[in-house]
Amino acid sequence: MSKNYSDSDWTLEIKPVSGWFNFHIKDVWRYRDLLLMFVKRDFVAVYKQTILGPFWFFIQPILTTITFTIVFGKIAKIPTEGLPPMLFYMSGVVCWNYFSDCLTKTSSTFISNAHIFGKVYFPRLVSPLANITSLLMKFGIQMLLLTCFIFYFIANDADVHPNIYILITPYLILLMAGLGLGFGIIVSSLTTKYRDLTFLVGFGVQLLMYATPVIYPVSALPDEYKSLVKLNPMTSIIETFRFSFLGAGSFDASNLLYTTVFVIFVLSIGIVIFNRVEKTFMDTV
Amino acid sequence: MSSVIKVDNLSKIYRLGLISRRTIAEDLNKFWSRITGKENPYLKIGETNVRSVKGKSDYIWALKDISFEVKDGERFGIIGKNGAGKSTLLKILSRVASPTEGKIRIKGRVASLLEVGTGFHPELTGRNNIFLNGSILGMTQKEIKSKFDSIVDFSGVERYIDTPVKRYSSGMYVRLAFAVAAHLEPEILIVDEVLAVGDAEFQKKCLGKMHDVSEKEGRTVLFVSHNLQAIKNLCQKTIILNNGELFASGETEEALKRYNQLNREIKITAETHVNNIKNRRGSGAIRFTGIDVLDDTGNKRFEYELGETVRFKISYRTFKEMQGITLIVALLSGLSRECLTLACYDIVKSKVEPGVTGEAVIEFNDINIKPGEYPLYFELIDNKLNSYSKDVVDDITAPLVIKRNDYAEKKSFDPSKPSGFFETPSRLTLNEIFRESDRIRA
Repeated sequence: MSKNYSDSDWTLEIKPVSGWFNFHIKDVWRYRDLLLMFVKRDFVAVYKQTILGPFWFFIQPILTTITFTIVFGKIAKIPTEGLPPMLFYMSGVVCWNYFSDCLTKTSSTFISNAHIFGKVYFPRLVSPLANITSLLMKFGIQMLLLTCFIFYFIANDADVHPNIYILITPYLILLMAGLGLGFGIIVSSLTTKYRDLTFLVGFGVQLLMYATPVIYPVSALPDEYKSLVKLNPMTSIIETFRFSFLGAGSFDASNLLYTTVFVIFVLSIGIVIFNRVEKTFMDTV
Repeated sequence: MSSVIKVDNLSKIYRLGLISRRTIAEDLNKFWSRITGKENPYLKIGETNVRSVKGKSDYIWALKDISFEVKDGERFGIIGKNGAGKSTLLKILSRVASPTEGKIRIKGRVASLLEVGTGFHPELTGRNNIFLNGSILGMTQKEIKSKFDSIVDFSGVERYIDTPVKRYSSGMYVRLAFAVAAHLEPEILIVDEVLAVGDAEFQKKCLGKMHDVSEKEGRTVLFVSHNLQAIKNLCQKTIILNNGELFASGETEEALKRYNQLNREIKITAETHVNNIKNRRGSGAIRFTGIDVLDDTGNKRFEYELGETVRFKISYRTFKEMQGITLIVALLSGLSRECLTLACYDIVKSKVEPGVTGEAVIEFNDINIKPGEYPLYFELIDNKLNSYSKDVVDDITAPLVIKRNDYAEKKSFDPSKPSGFFETPSRLTLNEIFRESDRIRA
């Protein structure tokens, strides 16, 4: 009886896990409304029942910046390439926060969404994509804060020179999001069965900050460490960001190219593993 | 009519027990056999899924070689006891879990309701949650916007629509959630029985809506339940799963008959373990060792005509000291599981030491319940320390089936329409009609 139908009649085929490269990109696009709803949910729900609400987006980087300025600037006296320490640390903190938030948020995708994933099908990739999008809004607000500070310092004749390289910022954001997402979904896929990695991510991200020029400029490093720190894909992003907004540091296209290749690599591996795991994780989570 | 769902040799294996460090060794073993081109070594040792027997293997076939087809516009039922594989099948059909072997082909958009209110966020308002839940279920913003008023209307919580749902009563919560689900417009709707956990009115609403969706809008509905009455009322075709295997399929009436046969073969003994603790519960101080339903000549059967005598013969054994034993036999309603009628006797009035066995028969004379199927409920309970030392066998045996005899036939009884359970003597004592024209004439 079934011979009356050709295979093309069927709109969906459910088979055992097979094929590493079936990504349902079309599906993800069809569910773009869901992505927006998740972003809205994250944004509205985070600061519900707080008095200051979204102002926490400002308070967090300001307090971190002040702490860094006192501890690393005033006490440890780490050089800031002639920039006002406030701006130097804030630019690093804002970037680093976005990356580390992306990483930690997406790394718990499967575990924290298990109750939804267990009941309804939608392309699972929507969840981490929504995470990095909603974090982008936080990043945007903090960028606004940074811009205000930059204007304030320029008005006070500080040695700050925003330049044309600012136009490259969207690309830098894309790289940070891609890097956070890539690592995040790899971790989330691996943690469905063995939870060990969750512990590593928790403090690993904190430690990683010290391997990134957030609180120091690359130029202040001894030569033997310079090449090591440049292996960190975040290094060129933060250096370029500082260079374009504050005019200090360096712009090195080859480093940025290295980061781009690195991001593409991590992201591809991440998506492949994630796709593999999304079909079986309900049995192991 | 063409098939919209075609399931071929579907199997699903589950691993029992905890996932631990030992699993790494197994993962490596699996990986090794894959790269060396051998079969997955763990697929071979799966056993059939008989829950009451402790198996040798940690792997179990939750579904084994299931094949069936669902036609366009059909209301299709899936029944089976707890642990038969119903939910696993639904999960695979809704793409939440993936099969181990075999494949499913589907035509059209599928929406599955394994739960209402998936993804509701307690901090968000009712309005926001309608949009959130709707998009999780696969609706677009535009669709939700166009149906928004009708969703709110259906839910009846209009006044609280801008209040966070964490402030809702649980009833309002479920109604809002179901309202969203009821406005899905997929070609194929998959519904789990968890939907039917609300109060009687809510259950009716759910079943009614599913009926409408199929009848008026021509959609295909897959409905999973172990509520036979609900299946009977709703579904045209039904399959029965038993221990992960396809036991029977076909027209609902036929399938249900086979299902009752399946139940009839169950022997209740002290060791009979039932997967769901709800259906056999008790502390183990006393256990049923046998339950038989007999007619007045001593033949075992579950089908009776009105006016016949039904004997419930039970045997039991005590395992701890009891202060006296009470036996309860009850008939439940098939749909709402309320007790329709109950017989309760103090069968032992004094103290009983452990290791005592006994038998008892309760007889229902001249049974006069309306034709239908009535799940049976048996309970042995301590006279004094009740609620603790007891054994309950709830809807594990086949249901008691009351058939119409010639007398009932004349009453034009339609089993698909609820008409109560008992006949109360009644007569018409006033019957007049008042017309406008009569009054003018007067």
